[in-house]
Amino acid sequence: MAADPIIRVENLTAGYDAEVLMRDVNFTVNRGEVFVILGGSGSGKSTLLKHMIGLYEPMSGRVLIDGDDIVTAEGEAHYAILRKIGVMYQSGALFGSMTLLENVRLPLEEYTALVDEAMDLLARTKLRLVGLDQFCGHMPAELSGGMQKRAAIARAMALDPTILFLDEPSAGLDPITSATLDELILRLAKSLHITFVIVSHELASIYTVADRVIMLDKRKQGIIAEGDPKMLRDSSDDPWVRQFFRREAAAEAT
Amino acid sequence: MTALARAVGAPATAATLTVTDATGGSRELRLAGRLDAYSISGVWALARAEAARTPNRSVVIEASGVVYCDGAGVAMLVDLLRQERSAAAPVTVRGLKPEFQTLLDQFDPAAFRPPAAAPPERLHAVEEIGRAALIVWRDMVTQIAFVGETSAALWFAIRHPDRVRWKDVWYTCEQVGANALPIVALISFLIGMIIAFQSAVPMRQYGAELFVADLVALAILRELGPLMTAILLAGRSGAAFAAEIGTMKVNEELNALTTMGLDPVRFLVVTRILAALLMVPLLTLFANIIGILGGALTMISFNIPILTYLREVDSLVDIKDLWAGMAKTPAFAILIAGIGCLRGLQTETGAAAVGISATRAVVSGIILLVVVDGVYAFIYYLLDI
Repeated sequence: MAADPIIRVENLTAGYDAEVLMRDVNFTVNRGEVFVILGGSGSGKSTLLKHMIGLYEPMSGRVLIDGDDIVTAEGEAHYAILRKIGVMYQSGALFGSMTLLENVRLPLEEYTALVDEAMDLLARTKLRLVGLDQFCGHMPAELSGGMQKRAAIARAMALDPTILFLDEPSAGLDPITSATLDELILRLAKSLHITFVIVSHELASIYTVADRVIMLDKRKQGIIAEGDPKMLRDSSDDPWVRQFFRREAAAEAT
Repeated sequence: MTALARAVGAPATAATLTVTDATGGSRELRLAGRLDAYSISGVWALARAEAARTPNRSVVIEASGVVYCDGAGVAMLVDLLRQERSAAAPVTVRGLKPEFQTLLDQFDPAAFRPPAAAPPERLHAVEEIGRAALIVWRDMVTQIAFVGETSAALWFAIRHPDRVRWKDVWYTCEQVGANALPIVALISFLIGMIIAFQSAVPMRQYGAELFVADLVALAILRELGPLMTAILLAGRSGAAFAAEIGTMKVNEELNALTTMGLDPVRFLVVTRILAALLMVPLLTLFANIIGILGGALTMISFNIPILTYLREVDSLVDIKDLWAGMAKTPAFAILIAGIGCLRGLQTETGAAAVGISATRAVVSGIILLVVVDGVYAFIYYLLDI
């Protein structure tokens, strides 16, 4: 695949208050690839993701989505960027007072002039894509964690975004549910040509889905490895990276 | 209760401690029996005291009689080993069964030495005041920003009524309005009755019980009806708004709205403020009627028939008095809903944070209600209404 960057992160410095989590981070995500952000607990994976979707303002640096800076864009320009992305949050973050169908319908109600029936049908097709169309009338609380995450993916896809951000899609799921989710990601990436940015630390799933990974480390305040996950496992010269991929205890690395 | 008492009171084998002088001038603490969380409290204190009493003699803990030792027993041994002593008089453990010894070996007593007590950080009074002022200032800035944002969103809603989520507004109306009817009825009826009774007793001495009707009606229409309704709603709906929005924030639902390009203020705050604006005047009207009826009930027991009571109310109380009270309700509505939503949006992370937000919504809601009511009283006084 020819390199065609859809997201550019340039000299991003980010953190909370006085504590800097990452300094001068640079990377790009190519159109159509499944890109995974890796790292140990507390390395700033989710923080990086929240910067990429414009929820947090960076200390310095830029995040360009399709050439537009998500931080400085305002008004219509900002909405235009937001319409290109969909986000699945770690907890699913479905609206608890609405049914699954209403959750998926919500972006359609707000942004399109479709008639009710069309919106229902569209929302149902999205739920169908994640295999949940028979649960349209259920409330989020009535579903298992894995189903909530799938429903959240359906909602994130409601307006057919070009990029989907997934925050820890397989955290807290059993291996089978997690594998189902991986399959879904691959299927969506292939059939809809969606670019995926996934925050994860589940090795099994990374080998299956990832085209490219970056690995964050808190002590180095940035990216310590970048590339194909299997190659990193076999040939990285960073001992910590090798340990991570081989699931070795990190007693000596610290 | 008895089961618990038995479990605590009667361990299978109690731990025992015998203290003897061993050869070579050392003290020997002979531990025996079962060392678990239920049995060791007595021997732990004894052993500590014994070790502390002989700082210049080495102490040997002879543990060959220990038949069981779990995490609690190990913690006790570590505690005895970690005490700061001179090198010439160490504490040692001897004879512990190998399976217990391996457990003990996992802990380095030195790592559990209590840190030297740091002097508690004391702030200068000026610094304290400064910090408190900064917090108040920041809170004020957020409140002002929130008022601005909300006004903009309300203005947008007025210009584009089709973009308002009316379904959510009606749902909130039911929560705020219809479901509050019983409690509003109860409180305003009681208030009417109580005011009537408390004033009728002294007024009767002058034969002026009839005028209690005017007193009750004026007090309720001008002040108590609107204020009591608003305070009830601050406790009921203000807290509910804060908790709902706070929970949504904790669940990342607010983030989800933001990344969908949906403004939480327009989406959550405007609908709630609109619902409150519709419901608070209606509830106040309802409270006024019920309150006056409450007064009527008391007056019946003072032998004043209800028609006489109502005629008296009608003769002195003007429609102007009703409007003076009703004019406050939009301000109260915006205040209750606005504060509830603001506190919800300000929620930090964690389950406790939601509770804190709900409490703050009620407290600042009621304080501001009283302040605003005072402002109205002052304006009415100046305008001679």
